[in-house]
Amino acid sequence: MSDSVQEQIAEVVKNNDVLLFMKGTPQMPQCGFSQRVCAILQEQGVPFAAINVLLDPSVREGIKVFSDWPTIPQLYVKGEFVGGCDIISEMHEDGELATLLAPLKEGDSKAA
Amino acid sequence: MSSVNPEELKRLVCAHIEDADVEVNCYSGDDHFEMTVISASFAGKPRIARHKMVYAALGDNMRQAVHALALKTKTPEEAAA
Repeated sequence: MSDSVQEQIAEVVKNNDVLLFMKGTPQMPQCGFSQRVCAILQEQGVPFAAINVLLDPSVREGIKVFSDWPTIPQLYVKGEFVGGCDIISEMHEDGELATLLAPLKEGDSKAA
Repeated sequence: MSSVNPEELKRLVCAHIEDADVEVNCYSGDDHFEMTVISASFAGKPRIARHKMVYAALGDNMRQAVHALALKTKTPEEAAA
């Protein structure tokens, strides 16, 4: 595993408030779990950046090391790893995700 | 690539997580699983830590035989709620 991949991941995580590592794209997800998290984020109405791990095997493996998490998708909010599909789904259902994402929503006048 | 059956996954989790009550089902092919783990040892731990405990128990299976794992982790109190 090259350190530069880890550095690149750290950089992109730092620079995007809501970042999803996924298989495929939000327009064309390539996996049901990635699709579900995209749908949840869209329902939350929060803008998010997405990285398609299928485009680069070094990122696909590198993000698992970076997060110490074996599966994809993986959601980062404000630089913090939030979880995979199961955790995001549970947080969506119990309202925790809405609370977490509230400051980041589009059209929020308090947003910096 | 080796395959793994639900009973083996259950055995691994029970061997690594104290008092774990585990239910595993295969929902697509032989490498997509859904699992619910109920254990008192999850108490006070955030979801990420709970899932990592299960992933650690499954070891190399998460990188090889298991393609997808839909996972729920609960304490006995949460499961009863």
